[in-house]
Amino acid sequence: MSEETKALESMIGEEYKYGFTTDVEYEDFPKGISENIIRELSSRKDEPEWMLEFRLKSYNAWLEMKEPEWFNATYTKPDFENLLYYSAPKNKPKLDSLDDVDPNIKETYDKLGIPLEEQKMLAGVAVDAIFDSVSIFTSFKEKLAEAGVIFCSISEAIKEHPDLVKKYIGSVIPARDNYYAALNSAVFSDGSFCYIPKNTVCPMELSTYFRINNMESGQFERTLIIAEEGASVSYLEGCTAPMYDENQLHAAVVELVAMDHADIKYSTIQNWYSGDENGKGGIYNFVTKRGICKGDHSKISWTQLETGSAVTLKYPSVILQGDHSIGEFYSVAVTTKKQQADTGTKMIHLGKNTRSTIISKGISAGDSNNSYRGEVKIGKKAIGSKNYSVCDSMLIGQTCGAHTFPYISSENASSSVEHEATTSRVGEEQIFYLMQRGISEQDAISMIINGFVKDVLKELPLEFAVEANKLLDIKLEGSVG
Amino acid sequence: MLEIRNLHAVVEGEELKILKGVNLTVNKGEIHAIMGPNGSGKSTLSKVVSGHPEYEVTEGTILFDGKDITEMDADERAHLGLFLAFQYPVEVPGITNKTLLREAYNTIARANEREELDPLEFEDYLVSKLDIIDMKDEFLNRSINTGFSGGEKKKNEIFQMAVLNPRLSFLDETDSGLDIDALKVVSGGVNKISSPENAIVMITHYQRLLNYIKPDFVHVMMNGKIVKSGDISLAEELEANGYDHMQKELA
Repeated sequence: MSEETKALESMIGEEYKYGFTTDVEYEDFPKGISENIIRELSSRKDEPEWMLEFRLKSYNAWLEMKEPEWFNATYTKPDFENLLYYSAPKNKPKLDSLDDVDPNIKETYDKLGIPLEEQKMLAGVAVDAIFDSVSIFTSFKEKLAEAGVIFCSISEAIKEHPDLVKKYIGSVIPARDNYYAALNSAVFSDGSFCYIPKNTVCPMELSTYFRINNMESGQFERTLIIAEEGASVSYLEGCTAPMYDENQLHAAVVELVAMDHADIKYSTIQNWYSGDENGKGGIYNFVTKRGICKGDHSKISWTQLETGSAVTLKYPSVILQGDHSIGEFYSVAVTTKKQQADTGTKMIHLGKNTRSTIISKGISAGDSNNSYRGEVKIGKKAIGSKNYSVCDSMLIGQTCGAHTFPYISSENASSSVEHEATTSRVGEEQIFYLMQRGISEQDAISMIINGFVKDVLKELPLEFAVEANKLLDIKLEGSVG
Repeated sequence: MLEIRNLHAVVEGEELKILKGVNLTVNKGEIHAIMGPNGSGKSTLSKVVSGHPEYEVTEGTILFDGKDITEMDADERAHLGLFLAFQYPVEVPGITNKTLLREAYNTIARANEREELDPLEFEDYLVSKLDIIDMKDEFLNRSINTGFSGGEKKKNEIFQMAVLNPRLSFLDETDSGLDIDALKVVSGGVNKISSPENAIVMITHYQRLLNYIKPDFVHVMMNGKIVKSGDISLAEELEANGYDHMQKELA
């Protein structure tokens, strides 16, 4: 192994900064999953009857399904009987005031760089803070309400806005969609809900910050975003978890609905704990995310920076139903150590003159395995539609893997699909070239990587682009000296 | 300025010697040309001197201003004022020429305790160098060498040399792949950069380049060694009789 490669490998050993645990008293359920557990969960959350029915139907569907195995990753399957399906800090009050939040939890968010006090927050960003199974606090609710925007936890929405939730939940991702979506539909405990009324531009960035703290709990969050005709919203989620030797399951479902001329931009900065060098511990990140461009001229854009988790299986997708609708997927997936990521997207073109763009950048280092899996499907009636896909992989060192699995089908002759894929190695020649110009090895590698992912990171909301850059540097720093 | 003593080098981890005892002294204000057939070790010499990690020095020393730089990292050598114009300039997508040059310029300035330039000052400085190589300013905002033609890449090397203002530059086959007009522009640029304060070592196959950049010394390299040194007439002799003839003569 050359000096450069060794340096790169060691750079990857950087400590995970968010691995601390918060000491809180939990109100836990017994472990395991059963109809009784689901009933108990639903009643604890004071849910209406239709919600319980939805859960039970989903649970029965899940029981009949099998855990999927088609992806390019291997792991020990979660023991569903040994999981906690509900884990909430004790005596969680009705949180209308930040004063009611457990000071330990408040401190946790401070430490994570997400202060919950509105005056301390990034200007123009509203946050919903989710701690294990429940939403702790949602900021700027009143300000958003003035614009008619609803931003609250999904539990609250089920009670306060039942018509909206009932109409849309499971409409984009039915419970039977897949194994983990079914499980989520049965046991989801919280998540965020956003509703942007007609012709409204959401006045702030909305964001949810997910934190898994309890070692034994799975996190099953459910997010639903609806943009009515002519509405637009930008939403961002961030994720971290403590370092435990055991794997933890995060199985989320996110559904987006965009009506005529609506525009939803959904960004993710995922930095779950990824396990240690030997592949011990880390989060299983098995999420289903899908949006539907229901209306004409609507647009849904997914941007993701995936750096954490032991195993990631995730394919944020867009169903382009409305004519002239647009779907976008911009992704940077970084894997180091023994991480495994199988991620990509699906673009399903149904309406006329629909457009989709896929830009995926995978960076693999250490002994990790990084796969892009993407499907582009253009239906019979989707005449004049276009897709453009670029999948670039970058390898650091000799012991990692990068794979591309594109699935393309077009059922009409007037549409076009373009797919480009490249694989490159962070070459010694590139590093030497920059070093010859006086730049240090570490800066050279950072420049090469930043150059590689630039097309994607520029899609992130400005407030988070800096954070994303820092995260990338931290993640791949340590690779040098 | 540069003193190479009995330099031997191999490709890291391999046995085969590529440099087999090179001796070369370059003083400031001088222009040297190293000529030689394919595989004689000319390009390797420039890489070894600039610190390419692929090569390992097995014997001998490289002194720069009397300081032993044989084991130094490439970036530290660059801080001392060593520059290599690459035979095959490397593409780095997503990073603009301007970003690279500002980073490089300021890193070198910091290492030498000189004042760094802020982005606006640097922009002015950069633009002032464009004329040297007849470069359009749109080049500055393009990704490093990405999608450049062969000629543009070579021009870009000399432009970087103009901006970083090194004390000693190795030009590794800067003339190869250039048409006659581009060759004039590139060599014109090198002549403008050349001064009594710096030194240049050109590596080339052909005498053609030497019509445009006049060397003070010409060296012939064969089989990993400098076998003959002289003035420009040595290059003319080579052009007339070829390397084979010289090899026989030396034997």
